[in-house]
Amino acid sequence: MSLSPGIYFMSGNDAVAEGAITAGCRFFAGYPITPSSEIAERLSRRLPEVGGIYVQGEDEIASIMAIIGASWGGLKAMTATSGPGFSLMQESIGFAVMTETPIVIVDVQRAGPSTGMPTYVGQGDVMQAKWGSHGPYEIIAIAPSSVQECFDLTIRAFNLAERYRVPVIMLMDERLSHLYEKVRIPSPEKIIIINRKKPKSKENFLPYMPEDDLIPPMPPVGEGFFFHVTGLTHDEKGYPKMDPEVQERLIRRLNDKIRKHADEIIDIQTYMMDDADIAIVAFGSVVRSAIRAVKIARKNGARVGLIDLKTIWPFPEKHIYNFAKNGVRHFIVAEVNYGQVFLEVQRSVRGEAEVHLIPKMGGAIHSPLEIWSFINKLR
Amino acid sequence: MPVKYVESHLWDKYLRTDRLPHIWCPGCGIGSALSAFLEGVERAGIDPKKLVVVSGIGCTGRVAGYIKVDSFHTTHGRPIPFAMGLKLARPDLHVVVFSGDGDLITIGGNHFIHAARRNVDLLVICVNNFNYGMTGGQVGATTPEGAYTTTTPYGNPERPFNLPYLAAAAGAVYVARWTSLHVRRLAWSITEAFKKKGFRFIEVLAPCPTAYGRRNKFPDPIDMLKFFKENCEIKDFADPKEADIVPGKKIILGKFVDLADEKPTFEEKIYELINKYRKV
Repeated sequence: MSLSPGIYFMSGNDAVAEGAITAGCRFFAGYPITPSSEIAERLSRRLPEVGGIYVQGEDEIASIMAIIGASWGGLKAMTATSGPGFSLMQESIGFAVMTETPIVIVDVQRAGPSTGMPTYVGQGDVMQAKWGSHGPYEIIAIAPSSVQECFDLTIRAFNLAERYRVPVIMLMDERLSHLYEKVRIPSPEKIIIINRKKPKSKENFLPYMPEDDLIPPMPPVGEGFFFHVTGLTHDEKGYPKMDPEVQERLIRRLNDKIRKHADEIIDIQTYMMDDADIAIVAFGSVVRSAIRAVKIARKNGARVGLIDLKTIWPFPEKHIYNFAKNGVRHFIVAEVNYGQVFLEVQRSVRGEAEVHLIPKMGGAIHSPLEIWSFINKLR
Repeated sequence: MPVKYVESHLWDKYLRTDRLPHIWCPGCGIGSALSAFLEGVERAGIDPKKLVVVSGIGCTGRVAGYIKVDSFHTTHGRPIPFAMGLKLARPDLHVVVFSGDGDLITIGGNHFIHAARRNVDLLVICVNNFNYGMTGGQVGATTPEGAYTTTTPYGNPERPFNLPYLAAAAGAVYVARWTSLHVRRLAWSITEAFKKKGFRFIEVLAPCPTAYGRRNKFPDPIDMLKFFKENCEIKDFADPKEADIVPGKKIILGKFVDLADEKPTFEEKIYELINKYRKV
């Protein structure tokens, strides 16, 4: 059963696993990789207890394809990995996008590229999460910054995947995944669970005919719908069509179903932003240093606030722009890479403010003093 | 001679007839394999509602799209892990993987051996046409040594996989090989395999006159079939080691392995485990 309500002490990885179970995940396939392995380990023990299935794939490609298959088999399904495995999964992520398969992929980012530093933190997969697979598409990526959020946002990740029939990426990082903190498990009636919509009737059923919200209901297998699913460009019948008009219609819809619901999807949390003229933009474990940096700054009389990105994709460009229009002169992006979210913030402010980057190549997050000393130089 | 189109076909009820004509070239062996498969579905009494066909990419990968069941055309080399996930989620369904040699064995070889090792309850039909037909006839892991392809203009320097041997060694519980000429035996083999459980593998040797045959002295579709007729030997329970395809040696056909029903399937073991440790 899902964890009973109460207060627990656990790691970020454990909280992701428990969040998944609470969300209704009943299928996990993954391949061991540091720093994500504890998610697989916990689920290998926990899933059978709730009637769920755990499989260890022969590689990450098998794992993600198995969860896509299981999702079509009617189960909520997840995999967890880190950079090298996330790279291997990219083609299949595109397949899930094209076939509109709800899945959740946890990427516990470590320092890269390549094998990099397997046991140390990184945040360099931001752009890969967006467009790591080929072709034009939109996806959802979520970034928790506390163990509590690892639990809460994993549930949200499943809800978004089911609601929009899209792969949702949990962009974790090593520091957060191995952080132990208090987690409050709410009572079940306080937890919102969303399930994919199903077709109402078999008559004249077209598997890829969207409803007004641009999302087609997902047919169950084995019930005589006789539907076809392909990664090829397909019409509403689900049949392959090598026709630029069909491509135009399908791919626009796959993108628009995310873009047009961006306001529902995007989630940012702000801290002391009301009067701020300097905003730190951060996500994941860096948020924790950034909060401290804001406190130091405030003590020193600087009007500094924090924008914590809970969702990175779709990017909260309107929110950032509004802050720029309404008095924030400097945006400071602190991230463990050489400028990825930075580019998005720069694009979003449309020249209304200055955007600065405090990069780190990986292995450690910024200390609060590093961030503060950068801010102090701006004043 | 004027072309005559038939109005209907015996297996139309299993086909998405609104998708015809299919994409396969004249003389291709995939149609014969598909037809034998549908005959097997009929004979085994499989309810199409409870049948799922999964393909990868390539000429044979298009099979799923023509069969009127719940069908999935997945990514290159990955129909087996997709099918495993689906089968685990829905153990009540018959899940068939129908794809080509390049897809299942060359790019997807790792998944193939692991699914066989786990004894995932899948019927895997592999049409082996000795090359990558869809992309224009390149060499693959099943191309005979010395054969000419668009990427082995001087002859293939590599040794091909012996698929029955590979499948048997990896743990497949049912292993058979036929050709697109031996359609009756193939259909019976598929019928038999449908009634068994576990990882069942049937290789179907097939001509690819367009991409492979014309570069290897089988320019007409009938040439390869004649070759099959003259150079194949049917021998049940032959040692799969002897099933290698080597120029100048007889090609062994038949059923090599039949241990199905003796070993528990992956699904059975997983659900046994769940039933034991389930708390809700």
